[in-house]
Amino acid sequence: MEANAPHNADRQAADSQAKDRQDADGQANFDRVIAEDSRIEPKDWMPDAYRKTLLRQISQHAHSEIIGMQPEANWISRAPSLKRKAILMAKVQDEAGHGLYLYSAAETLGQTRDKMMADLIAGKARYSSIFNYPALTWADMGAIGWLVDGAAICNQVPLCRASYGPYGRAMVRVCKEESFHQRQGFEILLELAHGTPEQKHLAQDAVNRWYAPALMMFGPPDDDSPNSRQSMAWNIKRFSNDELRSRFVGMMVEQVRVLGLTLPDSEIRFNEDTKKWEHGPLDWNEFHEVLAGRGPCNAQRLERRREAHDDGAWVREAAAAYAAKQSLKTKEYAA
Amino acid sequence: MNAVPMGNESATRITPGNALRPEDIALEVRTGLAKPTEDVAEYALRLGDDGLILAQRLGHWISRGPELEEDVALGNIALDQLGHARSFLTYAGGAWDKTEDDLAYFRREHEFRSAAIFEQPNGDFAATIARQFIVSYYQFELYRRLTESSDATLAAIAAKAVKEVDYHRDHSAQWVLRLAGGTEESRTRMIQGLKQMWPYVAELFQDDELTTRLAETGAAVEPSSLKADFDRLTGEILAEAELEVPDGPAAPGGGRHGRHSENLGYLLAEMQVLAREHPGASW
Amino acid sequence: MNESKGPEATTDRNAWGLWEVFVRSSRGLSHVHAGSLHAPDAAMALRNARDLYTRRNEGVSIWVVPADAIAASDPDSKGSFFESPQGKDYRHATYYTKSEGVKHL
Repeated sequence: MEANAPHNADRQAADSQAKDRQDADGQANFDRVIAEDSRIEPKDWMPDAYRKTLLRQISQHAHSEIIGMQPEANWISRAPSLKRKAILMAKVQDEAGHGLYLYSAAETLGQTRDKMMADLIAGKARYSSIFNYPALTWADMGAIGWLVDGAAICNQVPLCRASYGPYGRAMVRVCKEESFHQRQGFEILLELAHGTPEQKHLAQDAVNRWYAPALMMFGPPDDDSPNSRQSMAWNIKRFSNDELRSRFVGMMVEQVRVLGLTLPDSEIRFNEDTKKWEHGPLDWNEFHEVLAGRGPCNAQRLERRREAHDDGAWVREAAAAYAAKQSLKTKEYAA
Repeated sequence: MNAVPMGNESATRITPGNALRPEDIALEVRTGLAKPTEDVAEYALRLGDDGLILAQRLGHWISRGPELEEDVALGNIALDQLGHARSFLTYAGGAWDKTEDDLAYFRREHEFRSAAIFEQPNGDFAATIARQFIVSYYQFELYRRLTESSDATLAAIAAKAVKEVDYHRDHSAQWVLRLAGGTEESRTRMIQGLKQMWPYVAELFQDDELTTRLAETGAAVEPSSLKADFDRLTGEILAEAELEVPDGPAAPGGGRHGRHSENLGYLLAEMQVLAREHPGASW
Repeated sequence: MNESKGPEATTDRNAWGLWEVFVRSSRGLSHVHAGSLHAPDAAMALRNARDLYTRRNEGVSIWVVPADAIAASDPDSKGSFFESPQGKDYRHATYYTKSEGVKHL
């Protein structure tokens, strides 16, 4: 054994040198691809920090889709017309699909969906804090579609060009499908705003409650968003949080007029100097509180996900066992 | 356009080849192109209620399925059923100047005409699959024959529905096989699910005066005439899954005449609550 | 449907394997990679793919392939693996400029 020791040390040194060389080559290739605004694909060498950032962002995005199903799914059974029931069902179902596309993209980075789901259920993973607010009335289906999906689309369209190929491709599919989500929300509000006084009141109340949380979906102000700069350098993010938020406010200002409703923000104005829309102060304390798990519905959302996952365990196990038995049968037959 | 009008003189979307939407039927009903007889409307109400109640039940699974892929699958089935319901209810409403929503949201419990199996609670996934297995094999046999109905609208709705229900059959059969042949636990649950749902099979195949009258005109088929094919085809899957056909006593039935189990009241209360808070409102 | 037997069930008893999905959007076109999903076996993978990737009329035919059955070229050997075609412009019609403008050529 001892005679081999120097050999092993040499081998280790050589291995480590080879790895360093690979990393250096990989880094050079990675830098070139990013500089060319081309795409990184799953098997390419990538810096650990890039992989981690993406994994965190994509899995959080997937979790948001899955948890985001709940506030709307709660209204499927009570939708006030059969047409609205069908639309809402299709929409919530789409969100499951979007979660799936995103989990698949995250899986290409070397994390299993099971692990991501386990983290979510254990409360170790984050998701968009907006889904921790309750959907109290039917008008919330309109406000969620118009404001929440609207903000999401604003965020997601630039992500179609994210430097990580599988993420960009998933976002292309998501954006294509989500175009109807915002419209159906807008039309729910439009119907309500032009309905009975009571309906109009419901619509305004819902817009009042969802407006600020929707603006906060773009993330903390740029000064307070330390990871943004790196994400932009890596071509994951294309625009800063504040930039996207300002664009979104501009669009909402136009659209709310068509609705005949108002935004609960008296400080909205177009800054002629910067050519940007500005809005009133947002309660970032509340944002961080909700994100940290102390929002109105955090516990209930996670509990529901945990329950579905646990209740389904025997089904998943059964299907896997059946598949194993079938493939065994085929082998025995062949032998 | 080379579609051949069926029974109606003018160009109509109601042909078996079209992917018929409830809006198409609403248009035909409004313009008087399609008008059901009182009997046909009563019959369409039954089929519409079956689909509506089932969709209401299945919708609950979205966000609660055993795997995300299954959320999507059950969502698709719910949407298909809701689509059939909307078409049948819209058509039925043509006889009484009512819309699909008037019928769905403003009838009382005893005015619903669904069979009892559709309102049975979801239970666990095996119970839901057992219910799906029964209703999709039943609906397939029904719609397959209804495509030949002398009533052009019923035939057209059935022509779209039969293709979708064919897939529902496949979905449920795949799961019956997997749950029965998976683990000991899943097999026990599958057997229990079938035992729970099977008492409601008999009602689906009961004839009554309405179906007899309609069968004579060729507008509908006698439910009893579907039973042999249902037994044979479900029997094949159950045999492959090495399961017995449950043999407990049949539940009393009565849903076609407005006598329901205790389950329907809760389901309707939830479904109708918002619409009833705002009568006459538009959504 | 050609439902060939899938891969071995995954080692974790509960976890379903990963499948890659290819969709033919209409007759005459190739199957194109649409994404992936989880399923316990080939039959369910096909059905899940139908529900997940053709909800909006996106396809007329679907292939599913166990993700671990796909052999991929090594990205690290990119340089040598794909070097040969570089510089062989004469394989492309655009290389032949003198015949430009001649009809039906």
